[in-house]
Amino acid sequence: MQLSREQLLDAYARMRTIRAFEEKLEELVKGGKLGGFLHLYAGEEAVAVGVCSHLGDADIVTSTHRGHGHCIAKGVDVKGMMAELFGRATGVCKGKGGSMHIADVDRGMLGANGIVGAGIPLTTGAALTAKLKKTENVAVCFFGDGATNQGQFHESLNMAANWQLPAVYVVENNGFGEFTPTEYVVPVKDIAERARSYAMRSDIADGMDFFDVYQRAGEAIERARHGEGPTLLECKTYRFMGHFVGDPLVYRPKEEAEDWIQNRDPLLNFESKVSEAGMLEESDLREIDGAVSRLLEEAIAEAETAPLPELASILTDVYAE
Amino acid sequence: MSRKLSTGRAINEALAIAMESDPDVILLGEDVVGGGTLEADGVDEMGGVVGTTKGLVKRFGRDRVLDTPISEMGLLGTAVGAAATGLRPVAELMFMDFLGVCLDPLLNQAAKLRYMFGGKVRIPLTVRTLCGAGMQAAAQHSQSLYWITAGIPGLKTVIPSNPADAKGLLLAAIRDDNPVVFCEPKLILNQVGEVPEGDYEVPIGVAHLARQGGDVSLVGFGGTVPIALRAADLLAAEGIQADVLDLRSLAPLDEEAILTTLEKTGSLVVVDEATPRCGIASDVAALCVDRGFDSLNTPVRRVTAPHAPVPFSAVLEQAYLPSAERVVETVRALG
Repeated sequence: MQLSREQLLDAYARMRTIRAFEEKLEELVKGGKLGGFLHLYAGEEAVAVGVCSHLGDADIVTSTHRGHGHCIAKGVDVKGMMAELFGRATGVCKGKGGSMHIADVDRGMLGANGIVGAGIPLTTGAALTAKLKKTENVAVCFFGDGATNQGQFHESLNMAANWQLPAVYVVENNGFGEFTPTEYVVPVKDIAERARSYAMRSDIADGMDFFDVYQRAGEAIERARHGEGPTLLECKTYRFMGHFVGDPLVYRPKEEAEDWIQNRDPLLNFESKVSEAGMLEESDLREIDGAVSRLLEEAIAEAETAPLPELASILTDVYAE
Repeated sequence: MSRKLSTGRAINEALAIAMESDPDVILLGEDVVGGGTLEADGVDEMGGVVGTTKGLVKRFGRDRVLDTPISEMGLLGTAVGAAATGLRPVAELMFMDFLGVCLDPLLNQAAKLRYMFGGKVRIPLTVRTLCGAGMQAAAQHSQSLYWITAGIPGLKTVIPSNPADAKGLLLAAIRDDNPVVFCEPKLILNQVGEVPEGDYEVPIGVAHLARQGGDVSLVGFGGTVPIALRAADLLAAEGIQADVLDLRSLAPLDEEAILTTLEKTGSLVVVDEATPRCGIASDVAALCVDRGFDSLNTPVRRVTAPHAPVPFSAVLEQAYLPSAERVVETVRALG
């Protein structure tokens, strides 16, 4: 799959935006400016962007507690996201969702989700809608290795394979379910093997390599779009910042983390590939870095001064009229 | 025009009307078709464990009547996702007791997505579910767990007491843009009554005064409405005239209708076949004390099941359930 210059610039901009967004959030939390539970996506950018580069607004994604990256990759407004995290009325969810439930259905983003595995059947349902309404839309679910131990994962894969739904199940295997190494709680070597139980196709991508994710996700999404059924796509990745902001990271060897962060960073990986192939100039990338940095400064400044929600809004949006 | 139908057939008729009038309405659940070889001679479908959905697959096809695996969490989660993206699913949770394996899609997804997303999504989902005792199905297939769903903001919970209401309430539930739990009490499943023909809705959130009295208010819902009506007959023979209020909807709760009958009679007995703690009966009693205290001439009394699982033996099950006799005794003891 060949990417145009515009597509490459766009992919890099989204990955850089995710990284910078998460770095800023970490700073803001540590500076006491943000509350709530935050789970940051830094290190896994190639997965969200590699997959979502194939999707339009009418395609649905569901996400996890670690959902900012999927939102940005799916085109959710960064300023609206920042305002949401600041609990402002101008937030993309009016300040009612916060980090773990951030969503924008206008962008086909059906929510981060505070319940591990709960987005998986939501995707199955969105894929059922696409199939029954014959829309050619696809539904893509992002979830962690930990979620593959939930019943919802197995029940959903069974139904999706049985009904040949246009769904792609993307497992972001970052090696840890919270603090416990995946191999302590999962008997299979590769999560992708679990698809065999459901006669579902599977594939394994290097989740630190945008191009590998892009290629394999593209194949799975094309199959789904053309009625060839669902795929379980395992992306091997790593979370650079721990499970949540404030995670003391005592449970993983420093050398292991340093190796991933220094040698397998998806942004550096992308940069070296496009530079070596002569696809983009370094100046293109630095220009994007600068623009992203300015965007985030603006987003924070605007969020900090945006109006707080009216207290009466506690009672709105509970029910549809 | 109306004719006599059982509650089960009235529900079937409502489903057919809803599917006929809106192509986005689908049914999914375990055995909602219930038969894999309908094309073969002498083979028929079950149409659900008590036959409620029988005939619908022949009329609407397998794309719209979907047998799921026995995966309650997966099927309800799938239904929520389908509802959020443009379908209007009617999911069947065969027995309400199975909430034990699938609460999350209702509690944390259907009930909350709209709120968490700042109002940007609608979840037009109906969950039909058999509830209550009366079939000797014992502790794991006889519970009345509507107190759980009624207590969750974002969900609506309705419960009919007769075939005509079952049809109209179900049509209203399906066309509501919110997740609605539609309880099908076993006590009234085979009850036969007049059911209007054609398309009509019974509004959600509006109680119905099923009998006019004036001396005491009996509040029931689902299977306890026939019990309260029988108690009212027995009381009338003793010269006590009872209002019987059928709540129809547990969430939202028609508080004004409860307070209105209380104001009229000054005495209220609420009859609930569920267990007594943290339930609808307690909720109604609290409402009377909280907002209707000045109307109370006697204590509010609750007639409920005991704080025990539903037993199997028919004699135990009958003793477990509220009865007209217990309601009458309770009213007599009000003094």
